[in-house]
Amino acid sequence: MSASKICVVVVSGSLERLQMAAMVASVAAVSGQEVMVFLSMNALPYFAKGNISKAPHEGEMGRIMEGKKIPEFRTLFEQAVELGDAKIYPCSMAMDVLGIEQVGLEGYLESATGLTKFLHDAQDGQVWTF
Amino acid sequence: MTEKKIVDGRGSFCPGPLMELIVALKSSQVGDVLEVLSTDKGSANDIPEWLRKVGHEYISTTESNGEWHITVRKTK
Repeated sequence: MSASKICVVVVSGSLERLQMAAMVASVAAVSGQEVMVFLSMNALPYFAKGNISKAPHEGEMGRIMEGKKIPEFRTLFEQAVELGDAKIYPCSMAMDVLGIEQVGLEGYLESATGLTKFLHDAQDGQVWTF
Repeated sequence: MTEKKIVDGRGSFCPGPLMELIVALKSSQVGDVLEVLSTDKGSANDIPEWLRKVGHEYISTTESNGEWHITVRKTK
């Protein structure tokens, strides 16, 4: 349906960046675009199973958002998968560093993926980095 | 004529009302009419754009006192 695939790379653990990444991934996915998300660095721990901790804001916008009824970024990523067939890949390096196994991650995530495979799959798409 | 389904997205921000509409569309039948209530102006602009992109029918938008009512029909 779409001309190009959207690849979203999320490395930040800040509220604003996780939120923007989740919005791009979910809206693109429900609009019929193919979406791949790669979670690494400080973003990955938020997707450990049962982790409901809030991400810290990095600026004024994030601070204001905390007091509003904003869709939670994890909910949006899950909706990107369930309503739009997005694929969310946890970075295998980050999992090794953190000592997290696949079973320790939320069930809507795909299997651990290395950078080599992600880069290969992303080569014909747009890459958005947060 | 089936009864209109109300999707209450009031108080939520983009893309909350859109996501709520999509969830409601999934459990609706082709031909059903849904009315999204939103207090988020961005969603009032975004939902018709999404409908145009994915091909459901956009019927109308009305606004009063900062509350938008966006009416759509499921077409597929």
